[in-house]
Amino acid sequence: MTDNLQVNAEGKLKHFLTIEGLSKKLLTEILDTAESFVGVSDQQIKKVPLLRGKTIVNLFFENSTRTRTTFELAAKRLSADVLSMSIATSSTSKGESLLDTIRNLEAMFVDMFVVRHAISGAAHFIAQHTAPHISVINAGDGQHAHPTQAMLDMFTIRQIKKDFAPLRVAIIGDILHSRVARSQIQALNTLGVAEVRVIAPKTLLPAHVETLGVTVSHNLPEGLQDIDVIIMLRLQKERMTSALLPSESEYFKCFGLTESKLKIAKPDAIVMHPGPINRGVEIESKVADGQQSVVLKQVSNGIAVRMAIMSMAMQPQGIL
Amino acid sequence: MMDRIHIKQGRVVDPANEIDRIGSVYIAEGKIVSVINAPADFTADIVIDASSQIVCPGFIDLSVRLREPGQSRKATFKSETLAAASAGVTSMCLQPDTKPVIDTAAVAELIKELADKAGYPQIYPIAALTQKLEGNELSSMLALKEAGCIAVGNANQPIRNLLILRRAMEYAASHDLLLMFRPNDYWLGNNGCAHEGAVATRYGLPSIPDAAETIALDQCLELAELTRCRVHFGQISCKRSVIKIHQANKYGLNVSADVAIHQLHLTENDIKPFDSAYHVLPPLRTEADKQYLRQGLAGGTITSICSDHQPHDIDAKLGAFPETEPGVSSLETLLPLTLKLVAQHAITLEQGIAALSQHPARILKLPRGALTPGFSADVCIFDPELDWQVNGANWLSRGINTPFWNQSLKGRVTYALQAGKCIFSLQAS
Repeated sequence: MTDNLQVNAEGKLKHFLTIEGLSKKLLTEILDTAESFVGVSDQQIKKVPLLRGKTIVNLFFENSTRTRTTFELAAKRLSADVLSMSIATSSTSKGESLLDTIRNLEAMFVDMFVVRHAISGAAHFIAQHTAPHISVINAGDGQHAHPTQAMLDMFTIRQIKKDFAPLRVAIIGDILHSRVARSQIQALNTLGVAEVRVIAPKTLLPAHVETLGVTVSHNLPEGLQDIDVIIMLRLQKERMTSALLPSESEYFKCFGLTESKLKIAKPDAIVMHPGPINRGVEIESKVADGQQSVVLKQVSNGIAVRMAIMSMAMQPQGIL
Repeated sequence: MMDRIHIKQGRVVDPANEIDRIGSVYIAEGKIVSVINAPADFTADIVIDASSQIVCPGFIDLSVRLREPGQSRKATFKSETLAAASAGVTSMCLQPDTKPVIDTAAVAELIKELADKAGYPQIYPIAALTQKLEGNELSSMLALKEAGCIAVGNANQPIRNLLILRRAMEYAASHDLLLMFRPNDYWLGNNGCAHEGAVATRYGLPSIPDAAETIALDQCLELAELTRCRVHFGQISCKRSVIKIHQANKYGLNVSADVAIHQLHLTENDIKPFDSAYHVLPPLRTEADKQYLRQGLAGGTITSICSDHQPHDIDAKLGAFPETEPGVSSLETLLPLTLKLVAQHAITLEQGIAALSQHPARILKLPRGALTPGFSADVCIFDPELDWQVNGANWLSRGINTPFWNQSLKGRVTYALQAGKCIFSLQAS
């Protein structure tokens, strides 16, 4: 399955739903545009007037602090009017369908939806059914995609490593349930890294994971060899109750990133994490806060990258 | 007094009687009088010219949902029996997951009444194997059989407790009831909506491994041997199910199987991004599975093709893929897609027609599915070369949930007779 829902006839970004199907050129354009927004947050007046008069609605059907906040800040710095709605449980429990929620907001003359939803495909569905002038940005749908997170990670990697071509990247942890990992793998492969390696027990890997374009390891020390970039994933507590793992402590013992294991990777390897971090479960505090960690850089870059994506998606509407 | 009908000049294909030649079919009193040979003193009230068309037994569909009782917002007996007639389907087995479930004689009788009212009496309810299909207590199978149920089944509901399945099978066997079993393991199914493979992995869709089907199938095969219950496996979807059924038959177990027509044409790779029209259970599997299902059909391990018709209202399919309701509205594509298998040399025309008539009749022990003199005159006449488009103008089912919407298909029914009564004519419609 492939689709062109995301780009218009001129090849410009219209919706941003998944990395899949987007070209290296377009991803690079996003990174370059983000570069130009990095300075904005350091200025006295942290605003550019690109989206003045535009209305952006953050529709969060699932809880989130970090993603929602950075989207909100990004929109505000682009001078848009922002409305953030947490509808984690309310509308579904009232029996209102997703489409009805969207129709109601459309009637309020919205220009862009930023959507997070617990079901895979929700952002696609909204993009397919929303009014043609509205752009949809996927802020995470089920286990499918989290493309803005992936792009801010790519931005952070490029900032430090400059060139993608020679890089070996390890993604460690719960790949099975991770929309972040799926988008990262697609972005890394599109940008042309040397290798994407996933490291996890079989219970946390989806079927035929190698078809995503990755190599597979079930052993952390082995898997960390020659690695330039280490991406740790968050481990949800419910993985223990659903018999995917025996215990947090055993997971930490096998797959937790410690200072000594970090030494196996290349000496200049960087450590990333999309947050929020479970200290002592997937990563040791010393590593999370250590020299090689770029976790907080990821967070600040999140604003610039989301500004870039939002402004680019509005381009077909005559912005920029 | 019923019409005496002479269907002339058609290519008569009747696999049960090994007939395939141009000729006539003679009908009187709702029954087949003669095929090819003209009976003495036969004067027809109606003559149907079937030249360049195929005349065959009316189709028997082993698995449909007509949405009544309980979900008439999706479809009605009136709308769906008309769709069935236009598809050449003259008998249908109704899955028990109606609302309420077919677990009492009263519901079975209601269905018979609805069928009569719709002018399409040949609807055979399948009784729920367990009360409310919950897998806990046996349904009143004998009462259900007496009320017209043709078999017992589990619809889409897994039976979690094997002791209950064993007892249900023993009880069904005591009343010589056929079990129509859709094998799926509750735990391995894990609320999935797509085949556990590359596509579900890429799209982050909750997935169902083929082992969810084959393990349940294995267990049921073991219990078939233990209980001597006659079992028919419905809507099998994967390679290893075909292998296991083939082995069981070789071993001497009396089991049969059908496949839903869409499984013979579509795989996980056909799923357009999050397009709910492709959301079916069991899920669309791999190319290898599809090829094995085709081979199973050609080789006789799978004897029947069903539509697994599941019409939906628009809202049921309007949502993110995992949240939509599974199923395809598929009566009207059953024949053209079967003919496509013939065109692709997967099966012969005779096999295709037998899989839609002779074999389902044999599984159900019904004196139908053949143009045998004395049999009920259930006849389908179709033009195998007629192109038509799947669209609103040509579609009769209330459910438009089909992945084949707007596609062009070849082969269209021109007449359908049910017990000698014309229930569909393309000219008139």
